[in-house]
This record gives sequence, C-alpha cells and structure tokens, in this order.
Amino acid sequence: MSTATADIHDRPAESRVNYLNASYGIKSWLLTTDHKRIGLLYLGTITFMFLIGGTAAALMRLQLIEPQGALLEPETYNKMFSTHGIVMVFFFLVPSIPATLGNFLIPIMIGARDVAFPKLNLMSWYLFITGCAFALVAILSGGVDTGWTFYPPYSSLYSHTPVVVMALGIFIAGFSSILTGLNFVVTIHKMRAPGMTWFRLPLFIWALYATSLIFILGTPVIAITLFLLGLERLLHVGIFDPAIGGDPLLFQHLFWFYSHPAVYIMILPSMGVVSELITAFSRKKIFGYSFVAFSSLAIAVISFVVWGHHMFVTGQSIYAGLVFSVLSFLVAIPSAVKVFNWTATLYKGSISYQAPMLYALGFIGLFTMGGLTGLFLASLATDVHVNGTYFVVAHFHYIMVGGALMGYLGGIHFWWPKITGRMYPDMWARVSAVIVFVGFNLTFFPQFVVGYLGMPRRYAVYPAEFQVLNVMSSAGASVLAVGYIIPLVYLTWSMRYGAEAGRNPWGAAGLEWTTPSPPPTENFEVAPIVTEDAYNYPIKQPRDYPNAPGVAHV
Amino acid sequence: MSEMAAHGAHKHPPGFAHQFEDMAQQKEASTLGMWAFLVTEILFFGGMFTAYTIYRELHFESFVTGSHLLEVKFGATNTYVLICSSLTMALAIRSAQTGKRKGQIIFWLILTMILGALFLGLKLRFEWYRDYVDGIVPGISWAYNGPHAPGVQMFMCFYFFMTGVHALHMVAGLGILTVLVIMTARNKFSPEYYAPLEISGLYWHFVDIVWIFLFALLYLIGGRY
Repeated sequence: MSTATADIHDRPAESRVNYLNASYGIKSWLLTTDHKRIGLLYLGTITFMFLIGGTAAALMRLQLIEPQGALLEPETYNKMFSTHGIVMVFFFLVPSIPATLGNFLIPIMIGARDVAFPKLNLMSWYLFITGCAFALVAILSGGVDTGWTFYPPYSSLYSHTPVVVMALGIFIAGFSSILTGLNFVVTIHKMRAPGMTWFRLPLFIWALYATSLIFILGTPVIAITLFLLGLERLLHVGIFDPAIGGDPLLFQHLFWFYSHPAVYIMILPSMGVVSELITAFSRKKIFGYSFVAFSSLAIAVISFVVWGHHMFVTGQSIYAGLVFSVLSFLVAIPSAVKVFNWTATLYKGSISYQAPMLYALGFIGLFTMGGLTGLFLASLATDVHVNGTYFVVAHFHYIMVGGALMGYLGGIHFWWPKITGRMYPDMWARVSAVIVFVGFNLTFFPQFVVGYLGMPRRYAVYPAEFQVLNVMSSAGASVLAVGYIIPLVYLTWSMRYGAEAGRNPWGAAGLEWTTPSPPPTENFEVAPIVTEDAYNYPIKQPRDYPNAPGVAHV
Repeated sequence: MSEMAAHGAHKHPPGFAHQFEDMAQQKEASTLGMWAFLVTEILFFGGMFTAYTIYRELHFESFVTGSHLLEVKFGATNTYVLICSSLTMALAIRSAQTGKRKGQIIFWLILTMILGALFLGLKLRFEWYRDYVDGIVPGISWAYNGPHAPGVQMFMCFYFFMTGVHALHMVAGLGILTVLVIMTARNKFSPEYYAPLEISGLYWHFVDIVWIFLFALLYLIGGRY
C-alpha cells in the first residue's frame, strides 16, 4: 500500500519511542493533543459508562425473573431502565467507535500526522467527561424516571427526578459529538496523504465520514430540544406546555429528528469496522467497493427523513404515517447492499476464523435479524400491534447490541495489537466471542416472542404466563455479562504480558499496518505516499507474522 | 517522501500548526471547520425556527398580538447597530489582509466590540428590563391579561428563548473578539496568516444574520405598518 519500506526486524516495543512511552505522567495524558492518546482516554471513559449502564440492565433482568418483580420497587425499576437507556445510548454507543477507534485510526488510515484540530479534539473529551459527570450526579441523586426519550409533559412538569441535570449532561456530551464530527469531516477532506484519493479510502473512513455528517446535522437539534425542555422545567412554562397551546408531540418530532439518525450514528461505524474485518480475514478485495461506500452515505441521508416511524400511534396524520413508512423501507436497500457485498466478499475467500472475524460474522447474522424485524415495525399495521412491546426492545437490541456492540468488540480485537503493540490470547478471545453470540441470542430472541404475544415494555411486573420467556432472557443476560467480562480481563492482561504484535499481525492491508505497533507519536516513520487501491489482497509485502496467533503463541 | 524530515528542519511562519503540511492546507482546514460549525449552528437555531413556524400557523392571532407588545424602534436600531458591526469586522479583516498597522486592526476590532456591547445594552435595558417591569416575561414575571393570553405567553416564550440564545452567541462573540485583540497586539497576524480573524468574522456575520431573521419574524408580523 505504501512505498515506505517496512523495517522487518522491528526492535521490541519497549526500546522504541512510540506514542505510549514518548512521555510519562498523568499530565502528559490529560494535556495530550495526540489523537491516539485521546482515543484511549475515550476508551477508558466509555468502558466505565458501559459498566454503569450494564449494571442497570442486570438489575432490570433480575427484577423480571418473577412476574411480580423479584427485587425493585416499581419506581426504582423505572429509574433503572431510564439509566440503562440514557447511559448506553448517549454515553456509550454514540461515542463508542467514532471516539475510540475513529480517533485512533482516522489520521493513520489516511496517512496524516493528526486530526485537523488536535486541541479541539482534546476539548471534545473534556466536554464528554463533563457530560458524564452531570449524568453521574443525576444517577447518584436518585436517577431520572422518564425513559431515555424524555417525553413531555411528564419530563417537563410532572417527574420528581433530576431531569434538568441529566438533560444538561446529554446537552454537554452532545457538543463533544458535534466537535468530533466536525474534526473528522475536516480531517478526511483536507488531511489525506498524497495519492490517498477518495476512492482509495478504507471503507471504515467512508462509514465514519457518513457518521460525522449525522453528528453535525443531527446533534444540534437534540441539543436545542433538550435545552428548551430544561427551560420549560425550570420556568414551569414553555413551548411544549399544552396549557398555553404547546404541543408535546412537537418534542417527539424534534427528539426523533436526532434520535433516529442517532441509530445510524451507532450502526454505521460498526458497518465500517465489519468491512475491514471481512476483507482482512478472507484475504480478498471487498466486493463492490463503491457500492459499500455510497451505501454509507445513502443511509446517512435517508436517516434524516424517517423519524416519523417512531410516532405511528401518536395521532400523527395517516398520510404522514404512509410517507414515513415508505421512506423507512428505503433504509433496507443500502443496508442490504452492504450485507450482500460482505457475503459476496466471503465467497471463495481464504477465510480464517480469528476472534475479530467471529465478531464480524456474528454482526452480519444479528444485524440481518435486527434489520428484517425493523421492516415489521416500518409497516403501519404491524407496528400498531407490536408498538411499545418487547418486540421493539428485541429489534433495537439486535441492531445496537448485536450490530453496533459486536462491531465495536470486533474492531477493538482487530486493532488492539496496533493500539497496544501486544497480542491477546486468541483462544480466550474466540471463546468469549462465541459466549457473547450465544448469550445475546438467549437474551433477546425470547423478547421477540414475548413482545409479539403482547408484553409491554417499561413495566416492572408482567402476567405469569410470560415467566418462562423472561427467565430465559435473564439467564441469557448472565451469559452475556460473562462474555463481556472475559475480554475486559484478558485485554487488560495483554497490555503487560501479551506477546509482541509486530507491525502487521493479521497480514492485513491498510496504512495503519505499515507503521510500527504501537505507532510513533507522528504516526509514520516516513510520510506515506499512496499508490494503490484499498484492500489490495494478496498484499505484496512479506507478511510480518512473527507473533501471530498460532505461530508463536503466548 | 521525506516531508517528515523536512518538517522538522525548516522554519514555519508564526501560527503554523504541526499537523499540517503548509499554510494553505491549514487555512483551508480552518475555513472548512468554521463553515461546518456554522452548519451545526443553523440546525441549532433551526429547531427553534421550526417550532416557531408551526406555532405561528397554529396560533397566528396570538402571535400577532404578542408581536405588537415588542418595540419595533429598538429592534430596528439594534438591527442597524449589528449591520454596522459586521462592516467594522470586515474592515478589521481587510486591514490584516492588506498588512496595515496593528493599531488599525485593533481599532476596527474594538469598534466591533463596542457595537456588539451596544446591542446587548439596548436589548437589556430598553427591552428585557421593560418587559420584566411590564410583566410579560413568561415564568418569571407574568401579568398579561389582554386578549389571547395563553397564546401570547407562548409567543413571549419564543421571543425570550430565541433572543436569549442569540444574545449568548453575542457574548461568546465578544469573548472571541477580546482574544483577537490580544493576539493582534502580540503581532500574531500578518498578510500571510490571519485565518483566526477571518473565521471569527464568519461567526460574527452569522450571528448578525440570525438576528436579521429574528427581527423580521418576531417584530414585523401581522402587518403592523
């Protein structure tokens, strides 16, 4: 991919200056403008938030083991599902891949020294942790009970929980998203290395470009909406207040104008990761590069015109419902283009089932399930039946956990050797990938059934006939938790004890694999000049494979 | 091939950031960044403009009644003040671009700040304060009992939210201008490097344009003249 000749006999990471050992001390991290370090700061922060959101989910699943509720007061249960939703959406999934892998990889993948605005990048992280701090204060002072959707007039006038503090946290974290998106767009436009044309960009970059457009165009709307909601709560009068002619439905329109595209903020980066993983582990050029690239943009564009499908039963006009239904079906086209192109890439590929690939294959299956059930929900009549049931819960968890989170974990496993310079134990990684897949399906497949049978979401109790399915779901959640904790342990372990990774442990194409692991602060020893398309497999350079899994195993 | 080696060796002009190849790339990046930021601002205000448009359709009579509670003469004066401040901002950039003395750049910047502060002062003293005394500030001081009382309250909510958010942007703009004055005084700018002035100008003009829309939509509805 690059004319930079690789130093085959890399010195051990410790004796080479890289971004991790270039400077030491807490100050060198807190004041860093290095995009790689900022990516790691985000990684630590969102992992912490994930544990909080996961704990809330665990308490919910414990509660639902028994029809009358095993653990919590109904009010507490309401706070748990609100905390779970708010933390997982705004403080984990939205920043997950863009802020960690995106920050780390975008400049390296396009051959730049850093993002366009490094100080702004650091400021984004500070805004994010400020937002997290507000959210934590709201959680510790009792938590909100509005659900992650904050519908007024309940949230504005009636809820007795710290809604303003939580909304402020999301508002501030939103500016972190906006600035990250802005930074990425400018970086991808203006910082590409010589020869790195638009159609030589890795598909991960295309996916994050599309994501950044949604960050820029969507996030300001949720920001102003929550701002207006907070003012209304403080002043006891405002534009969503029915007493002075306000319409609470307007809030729902504005909320979903961001929050539906936000679904694609969560899934598009994962799609980008999967495109990288599928090619790397089937040793083939991607099938239909430009189709995959443009399908990312198509998803971003269509995402802004489908929000009304969240409001089919709110009394919105039937004609609006028809239009939103048709537009929502359109999303299936670019999504299917991606799935078909990935499977076509696998066809006659030289496939190896290493841990990242297992996550990628899991993604394709689960995302397809989530996408197809999305079509049920996009059709008006079916939606009336399943709206507000666990069917919806199962659907969006297949997209957000089965899709976005699987892609995130696959990406973390794929680029971990680049980030840390170390390999993790491959067998443990494969085992935990399988555990996540099994645990996920056991958790959420029963929810499709129980939802179709009519169990509503967001209730602390349920009729006794649904108990078997709920116990299955709770058992699955325990398995899933094990699948999340194992990687946390071995990835931490690998940072100190893992085998040296070398430049390119997977034998993958891409500029990031031509630079040492971990990369130097300036990313490349010699500024790269790109002369080839992306995914030019088989790669011509000798595979730098000294410590690859199965070759020199830990 | 060896940009990296050359990068460390030769001297760059002041204001050059290490991640860029040259000043042209840096300028393009910062300009694109500011335009992208302004897009986010349009959507930020856009949420309120959308809500305004919908409610104005739903409660047109109330909005006209509410609009007539505002003093057009102050709104118009402030519009004039802001347009003048855009001119002085543009002249500050022009002075830097043509390599004028730094005193001249600072003069135009401070004049811009004075006009911006005049806008805020007029708004605060002759509009918001009088509204407070007259009891037409929803949620804080509300004593209006004329026709269309609920809808008028809705209009006044929009008036205060929209002009309030706009005023916050003006205050941020004054902060940016202060930084620019200090940077100019420290000889940071030259005809080769004045991008911070230029992109701050974009921001300032944007805030002016928002006001022009606010003036038309809030003060001039219902065929008052």
